[in-house]
Amino acid sequence: MYGLFLRHFYLITRSFPRVLDLVYWPTIQITLWGFISNFFATHTTYYNNAVGVILTCAILYDFLFRTSIGFNMLFLEEIWSRNFTNLFIAPMKIGEILTSLVATALIRALIGLIPAVLLTSPLFGISILDLGIFLFFLFLSLYLFGITLGILVSAGLLRYGPSFENIAWSTMFLLAPFGCIYYPIEILPEVFQKIAYLLPLVYIFEEARNILINQTVDIQNIYYAFLWNGVYFVLSIVLFYYSFNVAKNKGTLINMGE
Amino acid sequence: MKNLVEVKNIKKNYGKNEAVKGISFSIEEDEILGLLGPNGSGKTTTIGMLLGLLKPTSGEIFINGQKLEGNRIEILEQINFISPYIELPKKLTVKQNLTVYGKLYKINNINERIEFLSEKLRLERLLNNITGELSSGQKNRVSLAKALINEPKVLLLDEPTASLDPEVGDFVRSFLEEYKKEKKISILLASHNMNEVTRLCKSILMMKDGIIIDKGNPEELINKHGRKNLEEVFLKLSRSKNELN
Repeated sequence: MYGLFLRHFYLITRSFPRVLDLVYWPTIQITLWGFISNFFATHTTYYNNAVGVILTCAILYDFLFRTSIGFNMLFLEEIWSRNFTNLFIAPMKIGEILTSLVATALIRALIGLIPAVLLTSPLFGISILDLGIFLFFLFLSLYLFGITLGILVSAGLLRYGPSFENIAWSTMFLLAPFGCIYYPIEILPEVFQKIAYLLPLVYIFEEARNILINQTVDIQNIYYAFLWNGVYFVLSIVLFYYSFNVAKNKGTLINMGE
Repeated sequence: MKNLVEVKNIKKNYGKNEAVKGISFSIEEDEILGLLGPNGSGKTTTIGMLLGLLKPTSGEIFINGQKLEGNRIEILEQINFISPYIELPKKLTVKQNLTVYGKLYKINNINERIEFLSEKLRLERLLNNITGELSSGQKNRVSLAKALINEPKVLLLDEPTASLDPEVGDFVRSFLEEYKKEKKISILLASHNMNEVTRLCKSILMMKDGIIIDKGNPEELINKHGRKNLEEVFLKLSRSKNELN
């Protein structure tokens, strides 16, 4: 018994991502649900005139989640199947690998999204299409951010190896409290608000609520969402190339094991 | 004969650890070069550098006259690799896997190529089977087919017959001999099977602690060290202090 405990204890203490994984899950869950509870306790009438806002935001968030996880899954599949080395000795540029993963992740996300969108109307009498033409921009923005997170996590996998996998599963939850998916940004403490404004998520979800509740469009929100997306996307690409070079120096590409 | 592989004084350090300490060698076309050495001698690191998966700390690698640094993609089109430590996606059928790699290597007539390799490697009846459900010997032949899908000029083999039964091992060795002769390719063979190395390799590099400690053809090495076979030479060199630098 003690031997088995030691086996896992040694594994955890030798891997920073595993330690991080242990710590932040409870923290994130408590933070996210704390803000949600706080919001509903103090703003009981906020959603009265906008049936389906929560559901619409849930669908948008799920699209982001699917895109990001989908991208990570494609990368992890190669590690799990021990095909990683084969892929990186094929004559493909890093840009080509990323492009194919980006396109495949979109198809995966759409496959998951379309049934969910179609089900909301007959089951709940709500159509996400109420967001109008701006729905396209919101989805595009979410897709870009999902891909960006996927690339960042893949860069971590290249740099740290499979032990970074746990981070891959939880990036979305890490950002959820700051994304203001189910509540307006005002509910966050001031320090958190400053962090949230540095993410495209807050602009996307604020705008979705704005369209559905106020029936108006604030172009500035969409503009800022794309602006921050652009910044993070470029950063993720740079980091991916950097991680690839680090992996080539450290030998991670030929030793993609535990 | 033209050298398809030229390695000039490559070194690889992992921090303070010197995994490869400045080795040079070349492989002619239509030649199989054996790379021998105990575990941790630097063989895998050397192969990793030849594949462009590892960046040498210093030194140069030329494949078919092209420098690896700066021409990675062009060179990867001309080489391939097989190792028991890497696998093809298990859920795909054999044909799907070969098709995927045919596309990745930009092969024009993928179906013809798959047909040719299937016939050569006795895979015809396995093409629609799930790769993960194949036996070790069958998986090995599929990996070999993948490694030959791009008609490589240089083939890197890391223990290609490890865990195979004698019959399949012999089939793979015979196939490699015949294929090399027919296509005039260069092969680097890292193996712990001394009979295999004696049979296939025209020349051998013995590595230990990141350097080449001896080289020559199998017969020369056996005579030089006064041993009965290559295995005894290997044991002598592995247990002795480094002989050559």
